[in-house]
Amino acid sequence: MTVLVGQLFTGVSIGAVLLLIALGLSLTFGQMGVINMAHGEFIMAGAYTVYVLQGAISSAGISLFVALPVAFLVAGALGALLEYLLIRRLYARPLDTLLVTWGVSLILQQLARDIFGAPNVQTRAPDWLTGNVPLFGDLTLSTNRLFILALAILAVVGLTLVLRLTPLGRRIRAVVQNRDLAAVSGIPTGRVDRLTFFIGSGLAGVAGVALTLLGPIGPTMGTNLIIDAFLVVVVGGIGTLKGGVIVAFVLGTLQSLVEYTTTLSVAKVVVFVAIVGFLQWRPQGLFTLRTRSLA
Amino acid sequence: MTATVTRDPAAPPATPRRRVVVSGPARAAIGFASGALLLFALAPSALSDFRLSLLAKYLCLAMVAVGIGLAWGRGGLLTLGQGVFFGLGGYAMAMHMKLADAGPGELPDFMALYGQLDALPWWWRPFASPWFALPATVLLPMLVAFLLGSLVFRRRVRGAYFAILSQALAAALVIFLIGQQGTTGGTNGLTDFQGFFGYDLDDPVNQRMVYFIVAGGLLLLLALARQLMHSRYGELLVAVRDGEERVRFLGHNPATVKLVAYVVAAGMAGLAGALFVPAVGIINPALIGVVPSIEFVVGVAVGGRAVLLGPVLGAVAVAWARTSLSEEFPAAWTYLQGLLFVLVVAFLPGGLASLPALARRLRRTPRQEVGT
Repeated sequence: MTVLVGQLFTGVSIGAVLLLIALGLSLTFGQMGVINMAHGEFIMAGAYTVYVLQGAISSAGISLFVALPVAFLVAGALGALLEYLLIRRLYARPLDTLLVTWGVSLILQQLARDIFGAPNVQTRAPDWLTGNVPLFGDLTLSTNRLFILALAILAVVGLTLVLRLTPLGRRIRAVVQNRDLAAVSGIPTGRVDRLTFFIGSGLAGVAGVALTLLGPIGPTMGTNLIIDAFLVVVVGGIGTLKGGVIVAFVLGTLQSLVEYTTTLSVAKVVVFVAIVGFLQWRPQGLFTLRTRSLA
Repeated sequence: MTATVTRDPAAPPATPRRRVVVSGPARAAIGFASGALLLFALAPSALSDFRLSLLAKYLCLAMVAVGIGLAWGRGGLLTLGQGVFFGLGGYAMAMHMKLADAGPGELPDFMALYGQLDALPWWWRPFASPWFALPATVLLPMLVAFLLGSLVFRRRVRGAYFAILSQALAAALVIFLIGQQGTTGGTNGLTDFQGFFGYDLDDPVNQRMVYFIVAGGLLLLLALARQLMHSRYGELLVAVRDGEERVRFLGHNPATVKLVAYVVAAGMAGLAGALFVPAVGIINPALIGVVPSIEFVVGVAVGGRAVLLGPVLGAVAVAWARTSLSEEFPAAWTYLQGLLFVLVVAFLPGGLASLPALARRLRRTPRQEVGT
């Protein structure tokens, strides 16, 4: 029982990390049907933001909270720049965008290697995030994973509120649902695209901050994470946050439980087979926007 | 080649000037012969043993590229997981060579080294026989591609979704191989081969022989791809790429069309992997994972995805540039590779193969377009 709850919690916290990464991805993917391979490098940029800030601010706690908005801005700016320079020129060729952004991610990784060095670096976690919270029996939950869970929930709630209530959110939803109709209704779709990319990439930066709590950071940290996050978006469905949220936690829990009963390598294969099987049932993902487009 | 398809790239455009008209098949035969001359006569006599074995490695990568050119360039299937098929072919060959080195009834050296096994795992056993292992290098990748492809295409999973799934397959396979170190060699992979069907691999003469096999394999695949591209099926494949729904409304099943391209590409990658092992002497997860899988695509994109020779030249050029630049300037090479990729894909989607046509178009007044 204790073991099961412990594994469930591990699964939920894997899911929370996946969710933080996939949130931004699903926003940018939903917007233009483009998978941004450089998303992982925006995560890395967020993580290195913490590293840089800790050089300037000695208190680990303060630097963490300063890093959250700063990482959002840094990663967001990178994303908006990428959208402005490259992605908007490749509207009609989504697959090519995938490849172009992979080239960008190579460049960003090498940039990180040149600036911060190839070996991984360690950031300091604040004292109150290094302990465990006793639950019952001898079961404890680690505070850093609880913090990440809270951060993920906060990000989902915040993003939902922005999308539902603000004028910007309304425009974003309109462009996702029908770009041409949004354009003829007077919505500046180009500017909305850039803002969407800013927010989506900024969320990657926030995910990067969260990841510094879990382990060392390095130039290739993004690549290792991004594929699972892609899968979350694919299985969750485009244009909805709901699907991504559910799938992130389900995949996290599935992986954690299978990993506990077998090994990590088997768990990855099982998760992959489960996803292909799931797509047999719902090829467009868990939740889909109803559109009339043929594509 | 008398079909009245206007986009047929093999048919020369009608030019007002007097010119020797060469028909499509004749042109292909001439190209094929000059390719054979280059690979079998010119390269072996001009290059040192070391350079020739490097060329053998590049040609293996080029074989993967031929398949990608078919599936992606002609079929629009962006497969980011060709490393999986390359790896399956490579591991099948490597397992056979390991067992042949060890001798009948003996464990391969690395298994004895890790020491947890006293008997050969059941799924290693059939690879002791060349009659199983050799066909398996091609058929095993084709089987995996068939299973995944038929599930995925039937449900109309496509575009970026398909790309992501194929990539996830590569990631899953690599994690699996690393995790099963005792039976797959883990991160180290399989290496230290002594012989190749009884021939000593250390002998330079036998290395040359391997090169000739690789070159022959590449020419074979090129001929196969050429025939496929110029068949009715090839036209259908392009049609599916450019307008899948229309093809469906015309009564064809796009899923089958795509499946064939995907399975053929997988078989080509499998053969490439199988020949890579004797040519280079190693197969490991780092050669078949997510990053090398994308690098296969890079070569194809740089060379020109939709023409027959573009992928081959691109793959060889990129691999050659990597070897010659990355050792001296690793950082600069990474920047260059990223930049090259961004610029070519974004601004020259036809790849380097489209440069001559582009130059011709800029030089002259626009006339009849030669589609590729």
